[in-house]
Amino acid sequence: MQRVYLDNNATTPVLPEVLDAMRPYFGERFGNASSIHQHGQETRAAVEHARESVAALLSCRAAEVVFTSGGTESDNLAIAGLTTAGDHIITSSIEHHAVLHACKHLEETGCDVTYLPVDGCGLVDPEDVRRALRPNTKLISIMLANNETGVLQPVEQVGKIAAEADVFFHTDAVQAAGKIPIDVARIRCDALSISGHKIHAPQGVGALYVRKSTRIQPLFYGGRHERSRRAGTENVPGIVGLGKAAELAMRGSDRSEDQKMSALRDRLEQGILAQADESGVNGEGAPRIPNTSSIYFDSIDGEPMVISLDLKGLAVSTGAACSSGALEPSHVLLAMGLRPDRARASVRFSLGKQNNDKDVDFALALVPETVARLRKLSPVYKKEALSS
Amino acid sequence: MSSPTTIAVAMSGGVDSSTVAAMLRADGHNIIGLTMQLWNQRRLAGHEGMPESVQGRCCSIDDVYDARRVAEHIGIPYYVVNQEERFERDVVRPFVEEYLSGRTPIPCSLCNNHLKFDQLLIVAQQIGAEQVATGHYARVTYDDGRGRWLLHRPADLSKDQTYFLFGLTQEQLSRTIFPLGNMTKPEVRDLARQHGLALAAKPDSQEICFVPGGDYKRFLDAYLAEQGGALPDTAGDLVTTSGEVLGEHSGIHNFTVGQRKGLGVATGSPLYVIQINGAEKQVVVGGEENLYSSTLRTRRVNLIAVDDLSDPMRVVVKIRHRHEPALATIEQADADEILVTFDQPQRAITPGQAAVFYDGGVVVGGGWIV
Repeated sequence: MQRVYLDNNATTPVLPEVLDAMRPYFGERFGNASSIHQHGQETRAAVEHARESVAALLSCRAAEVVFTSGGTESDNLAIAGLTTAGDHIITSSIEHHAVLHACKHLEETGCDVTYLPVDGCGLVDPEDVRRALRPNTKLISIMLANNETGVLQPVEQVGKIAAEADVFFHTDAVQAAGKIPIDVARIRCDALSISGHKIHAPQGVGALYVRKSTRIQPLFYGGRHERSRRAGTENVPGIVGLGKAAELAMRGSDRSEDQKMSALRDRLEQGILAQADESGVNGEGAPRIPNTSSIYFDSIDGEPMVISLDLKGLAVSTGAACSSGALEPSHVLLAMGLRPDRARASVRFSLGKQNNDKDVDFALALVPETVARLRKLSPVYKKEALSS
Repeated sequence: MSSPTTIAVAMSGGVDSSTVAAMLRADGHNIIGLTMQLWNQRRLAGHEGMPESVQGRCCSIDDVYDARRVAEHIGIPYYVVNQEERFERDVVRPFVEEYLSGRTPIPCSLCNNHLKFDQLLIVAQQIGAEQVATGHYARVTYDDGRGRWLLHRPADLSKDQTYFLFGLTQEQLSRTIFPLGNMTKPEVRDLARQHGLALAAKPDSQEICFVPGGDYKRFLDAYLAEQGGALPDTAGDLVTTSGEVLGEHSGIHNFTVGQRKGLGVATGSPLYVIQINGAEKQVVVGGEENLYSSTLRTRRVNLIAVDDLSDPMRVVVKIRHRHEPALATIEQADADEILVTFDQPQRAITPGQAAVFYDGGVVVGGGWIV
């Protein structure tokens, strides 16, 4: 069966160049990067080279990059590492669970947290951030791009507010990295999270930018790895993969790749909307990353839609999966004020570097037909209109 | 075998439904495994009186893991579908309300009526499956003469689950298959072994799936506390059948008809709960002889084998899952009420339970005892 993968905000395939770069570090180049001998020096050099590549992607210094196990650890390290009991934290209601649940945990240990609302487009209002500031506010954490809608948040304005108030600013850039240019100086953030597997590096590696001379409490204790900010022997193959993926992402930094991706996404989106009535884009009107399209199809349920499409070979997603794999209504779409039935009727399409026009053709052949079939079975589609 | 059918198998992670999936797959059908996520076991864990760790069976991560492993082993697509909201609305809340009204509910029947043979059939149809198969021990046939789908007791009467399936409509029965209806449990386990299913020896589940350890009183407490309310005060008088007040009881939800232990009064002869009077919060107790009654009434009736009951009908009736069916006559008493008159008085007829009518091995229908 032909299978097309349009769920790249969940994870991306490792690109062949990335796998090639990693391969020696599983075997012949096996040294511990902390060892003094040649084996260690060889892997140390690879780790530091990768650090430079990631620094280039984020427009920061290499020393400001801390390698972690992924986006979740980066978010947790930033949030727990920059606050202590009694501090106030400002975040938004559309953050990834890695941020929201870290904040919930800190509430239990004595922090106060403000969860800011978003408007109908899924945007945080920077003025809300300013108004939420308190004398004991220590940290603002607002994501760069939302994972479900792709909507870009006004982080530069938030960064300015944070700087003026002398409050730490962390941004979760997991979905933005590799898709749009990132410059930590322009954002004026103190910490920024990225994840390897969202940019065609493997799962299990990520990084946190921590602004120079910012004191951050580590999450765990051990050796003095990563300048005592993250103990534990480095995941060298993963880090090398992340470095390579960052380099490849930089190749598109002249925007040509972004524009190509954007054109592909727009063709998919417009094609679906043209063939399925009573549908629309969540977050329409707001700036978005070029690969993501969250579309609602009124009167159907996203869950059977995603299953039906998967049975026909198209991988997309809806909401967030819980531990059993069941789908839960999206907290992001609900926070945007979508009716619960419309939140449940939403499907996310997200493209990756490997996708092409044929993949979009495949989706355009399948999605409208599936929507029509499900609506035929729907007890509510066009029924209200008839009865009124 | 005619052309392959697409069948959704309701997989719980247990031996029965896993074997069904393996059997149908081996028969060459297109199989899609589905598990319904019904209840989050962690939700009430750690609440007052509830275990800290999750021990319940319902929708546990372990069961989903088992179902997923089976699906992978036999090579079928598998999905978990989230039905938590509906389960809470249609099963958990009525379960709580029934206890608080002095009745003894059967959540499994509600789950079958509202989830397994309603929502699951809908999802199956949505994803392109014509039929749903489950691991229930029961049989379905089509009777040309009557022009109706019939529900039969299974070959293995010790595993008979028809008592919980009396609510199935003709439409539901027409799209449901019970592949284990002609098999015994040991045969099913053997078959599971033949198909190489690692869980062939997994113990059967017995308790109400969402109530850990079977302690429904602690569950009610924890659920109501989580909902922001306390358990309403359902304490009241403990009275005899002649109206004499013997003392107070701790709350009507702590009692069920026929209960002998835990009444909190000491008398010369053994006392039993005869009746629970929800409106007055009274628990009526009396001697064992008072437990017997020859009639009962059922509401919210579903008839399977017949269109309606224009004439009284001779049947055998089960008034609880483990009840020995008893001879009786059923007749329509009211628009949605059937009167059951037993040949011999029956012990502990319990409001909230179902009365299911059988004509030999065929389920005529059933209703909820009021």
